[in-house]
Amino acid sequence: MSTTAPTAQQVPTPETVPVRTRKRKHRRANPWGVVAWIAALGFFFPVFWMVLTAFKQEADAYSDPPKFFFTPTLDQFRAVFDTGVGVSLLNSAFATGVSTILVLLLGVPAAFALSLRPVRKTKDALFFFISTKMLPIVAAIIPLYVIVANIGLLDNIWALIILYTAMNLPIAVWMMRSFFLEVPGELLEAASMDGANLWTSVREVILPLVSPGIAATALICVIFSWNEFFFAVNLTAVQAQTIPVFLVGFITGEGLYWARLSAAATMAALPVVLAGWLAQNKLVRGLSFGAIK
Amino acid sequence: MTTLAVGASTADDSERIRRVRDAKSDAVSRAEGWRRRGPLLPALIFMIVVTQIPFAFTLYYSTQSWNLVRPGSRSFVGLQNYADVFRDSQFREVAVNTVILIVGTVLISVVLGLLLALLLDRVFLGRGIVRTLLITPFLVTPVAGALIWKTAMFDPVFGIVNFVLSPFGVGQIDWVSRYPLAAVMANLVWQWTPFMMLLILAGLQSMPRDILEAGRVDGAGAFALFRELTLPHLRRFIELGAVLGAIHLVNTFDAIYMMTQGGPGTASSNLPFYIYQRAFLGFDIGQAAAMGVVVVVATIVVATVALRLIFTSFTGKEEAA
Repeated sequence: MSTTAPTAQQVPTPETVPVRTRKRKHRRANPWGVVAWIAALGFFFPVFWMVLTAFKQEADAYSDPPKFFFTPTLDQFRAVFDTGVGVSLLNSAFATGVSTILVLLLGVPAAFALSLRPVRKTKDALFFFISTKMLPIVAAIIPLYVIVANIGLLDNIWALIILYTAMNLPIAVWMMRSFFLEVPGELLEAASMDGANLWTSVREVILPLVSPGIAATALICVIFSWNEFFFAVNLTAVQAQTIPVFLVGFITGEGLYWARLSAAATMAALPVVLAGWLAQNKLVRGLSFGAIK
Repeated sequence: MTTLAVGASTADDSERIRRVRDAKSDAVSRAEGWRRRGPLLPALIFMIVVTQIPFAFTLYYSTQSWNLVRPGSRSFVGLQNYADVFRDSQFREVAVNTVILIVGTVLISVVLGLLLALLLDRVFLGRGIVRTLLITPFLVTPVAGALIWKTAMFDPVFGIVNFVLSPFGVGQIDWVSRYPLAAVMANLVWQWTPFMMLLILAGLQSMPRDILEAGRVDGAGAFALFRELTLPHLRRFIELGAVLGAIHLVNTFDAIYMMTQGGPGTASSNLPFYIYQRAFLGFDIGQAAAMGVVVVVATIVVATVALRLIFTSFTGKEEAA
């Protein structure tokens, strides 16, 4: 946090404009670039520190001043695997993967029906989808718990899969709709003039055009389901626990083992960080429900 | 559809109008209507079942006196639970915490996000890497992030925060127990600043450069340009970021659960955490459900603003298309 504080005074001032045009030839010397780098390293530092600590021995993790140089070890990762992180990782991967596939199977056709061949009351349907994202989840958790318990899905990964699908479906519908709307109408007309039926033109013309959008939508669903904690902690226990629930173990007794905790946290965060880096150009679009490209 | 036809001023106007009319007559045909609705229905039905039924139950439970530790005690009590909720002084404290947490986090992360976006809107070496590093806090599993902040960052003895501040004479402050709400907020700001930055950066990059150029030619200083041109243009993006952020932050649970468990007392508890405690640790289903309904009603105001912003953003775009 402290590294970003200096930027507070550095809103563009009258001097910056000529400086910027003059310095454009030697980008290295751009002072704003240096400020941006410092801010970025500051924001990234906790993540860097987490990964670094994961390779330490506990003795190196607890040192004042903090140690940047040490003999790296994989002991902590081994220890975390011994405590059964594998099951949680598998559960998370399964819940994330299956719910993302379900979201795409339900969401892509729905988005199609709300964009290229719009149904009547399209606006109402869109409104309904997005309004479900505005309800605080906490208001639904009690009946969800009772229902899930009654149908015997407590501590069962399928309960999470259904809920994650519902959680991500509105985002997918809105996001995919914004991609469908970008398909030029002329292309579809040309296809139908060539005698292609609807299914052929969907398969041959539309899907190839929107496939980057589908990939981006999938990555965003992956991020949200992997990171989800509220449903997971309330509806699962041992068998179906996902990786965020696994990390809860570290706030009590094992909270004293920082290096091991960091190794577990690193394993939890790594897949989604990679997914997010891959999807970063489309991230804004997903986060704003397709409103901003 | 009609806005599309009106908005089009190109040569193939009549062609477009014809297409719209065809589309409309299609829509009237019943069989065609069902064929179009077909792909939508599974998603629609799924969402109605999964999201609306639980909420209906919440409404129903909120009228019940129902504590799981006293089996057989369940009975209809009307609005008694609501009366109890509003008399509950802890509920009020927690509601205030919730507002502080949302407003504080949104304000700080919008300001930081704006500054970062302005920095990133310039050309410099490694801009792509800087952006990648900056968005990472938003991607990191919130539970993992909260765990790292609680331990490695905020620890009184070995924490990085005290280490960084030690040259300024800051001693071994136990941030999480002394300022629990602020510590949670710091974690949330760290997580949400990248989100605001991304939205505002998208705004900056959608800004027509010729307007800025014209302003510059007219002799406006950089600060005047920023205030008179950039900021008004960014307003829509900042508003959208703020309401979307607020809607997510209403649900804040992970950070509180991992860092403070709402404590000490209810000092850092927010509504989701308090309701969770009442329902799953106190087993008071009726009360917790009533609180849930109150939260939903309170959220509707924010949600309405959010929905309007999102809708205008996207209809505006449709007309332009």
